[in-house]
Amino acid sequence: MEKLINQFEFGLFFWQILIFVGLIFLLKKFAWKPILDAVNEREQGIKDALLSAENARQEMENLQADNQRILNEARAERDAMLKEAREMKEKMIADSKNEAQAQGQKMIEQAKAAIESEKNAAMAELKSQVSTLSLSIAEKLLKEELSNKESQTKLVEKMLGDVKLN
Amino acid sequence: MVISNKPLRFILAAFVACLPLMSFSNSEKDSAHVQTETAHEAASEGHHAEPTDVKSKIKAFIGHHVLDSHDFTLTQDDETGKYYGFPLPVIIWDNGLQIFSSSKFNHGHAVAESNGNYYVINHHDGKIYKTDAAGTITEDEKTGHPTNVRPLDFSITKTVLSIFVAALLMFWLFTSLAKSYAKNGGIASGAGRFFEPLVVFIRDEVAIPNIGEKHYKKYMSYLLTIFFFVLFLNIFGLTPLGINATGNLTITFSLAILTFLITNLTANKNYWGHIFWMPGVPKPMRIILAPIELLGVFIKPFSLMIRLYANIFAGHIVLMSIIGLMFIFKSWIGSSLSFGLSFALSILEILVAFLQAYIFTMLSALYFGSAVEEHHHEEAHH
Repeated sequence: MEKLINQFEFGLFFWQILIFVGLIFLLKKFAWKPILDAVNEREQGIKDALLSAENARQEMENLQADNQRILNEARAERDAMLKEAREMKEKMIADSKNEAQAQGQKMIEQAKAAIESEKNAAMAELKSQVSTLSLSIAEKLLKEELSNKESQTKLVEKMLGDVKLN
Repeated sequence: MVISNKPLRFILAAFVACLPLMSFSNSEKDSAHVQTETAHEAASEGHHAEPTDVKSKIKAFIGHHVLDSHDFTLTQDDETGKYYGFPLPVIIWDNGLQIFSSSKFNHGHAVAESNGNYYVINHHDGKIYKTDAAGTITEDEKTGHPTNVRPLDFSITKTVLSIFVAALLMFWLFTSLAKSYAKNGGIASGAGRFFEPLVVFIRDEVAIPNIGEKHYKKYMSYLLTIFFFVLFLNIFGLTPLGINATGNLTITFSLAILTFLITNLTANKNYWGHIFWMPGVPKPMRIILAPIELLGVFIKPFSLMIRLYANIFAGHIVLMSIIGLMFIFKSWIGSSLSFGLSFALSILEILVAFLQAYIFTMLSALYFGSAVEEHHHEEAHH
């Protein structure tokens, strides 16, 4: 113990305290403060960067979700439109088919009516022709038959009976 | 742990292990020329005779190495009595300031004169004593210590020089690290890349866990300075320059007393409350605990002082003894064995250098932490 105490040297103690305390204050001002500030600043920067990266990722995810949603909506809309178009097409086809059918029916009716009227007209014509013809025949026969009274009468009767049969 | 590059670590360790051999090889090599040495020694009266055999010479060399010295001797040649190194200024307060070069002492062989006062360096403790023109030293019969007057010695000794160099080196290193942030966009460059993680380590692993987020900032400067100061001086001690600053009791004492002062001057009410009137224990116990706690206040920095001193001091003694063994064995097997041993031990000493710096800082932080601890002890009891 005495040996240890003897080792104590006041001059050395003085210089050591002087140099060391001076060093603490000098380093505090010129080294530790700027170093620790820089390290803190950098750590804060890294933290902020990580946070903003996380935010960006979140935003990206949101954006992607949005895109997906919009895409799905568009797809649904397209499907709806296609369906509608198909329905419309079918409806149009059905409509036109019905219309054509109705038109055809109408035309057929008209044709039938025309044929009927034509036939009636032809029949009337025929009747008039036949009557004219029969008149002329009758005239000729009368002319001939009138020469023979009896036969004339018979003939007229017969002929009239024939016309009725028609 | 600290040097990631393995080959670099190996080279560093090899360098540290090998280099001391060179500086010691000269001083211890010749036992044959002891006679010339003693003849030379006769010149310095009042001294004990210099050790004559290799063993005691090594012992004396180690003994001198761990002490402070007034000149910076790298190595010496016993044969010619020549010293390689440089003298340092001697500053003595003895009825006025006496300043002269330590070369006047001629490495303890001569009496130095300054303004009519005579001084001599005692061979045993390496300290300056006041004497007369003949250099007479009177010694205490029992202890063998000189009884001459010791003037106040403010000399720039080897240790003062080495702490000054360490301080300059630290100042240069860390200011350039601080500047490199501005230049390099917030990222350290150069040697700072090695030191920045240590700074961050002290903050995150030493200061914040021990002191707490709230108070740690005001202690950071002290903790960082003391860590690197002790670390640098420990590493300096492993170089072949023969510096032994952190193995010097005065240095560790001054570091410990700063920790002691900071702890007690920044302490809050809660800290003193725990010492003098321990909460949560019966009243008679409080009276018994108070002196024990008060003693602890002094024991804590005392243990800091002794721990660092003893670790570094013992490391130096053991390492140098093993190196000295090489010159005692003087055989092929024994010398190479002790070389291997000293090599392994040097690597261990590098670890110790970091470890002791860490422990000193860690315990200082722990004491600061207890000084500013918030009042939450009471709540734990309810």
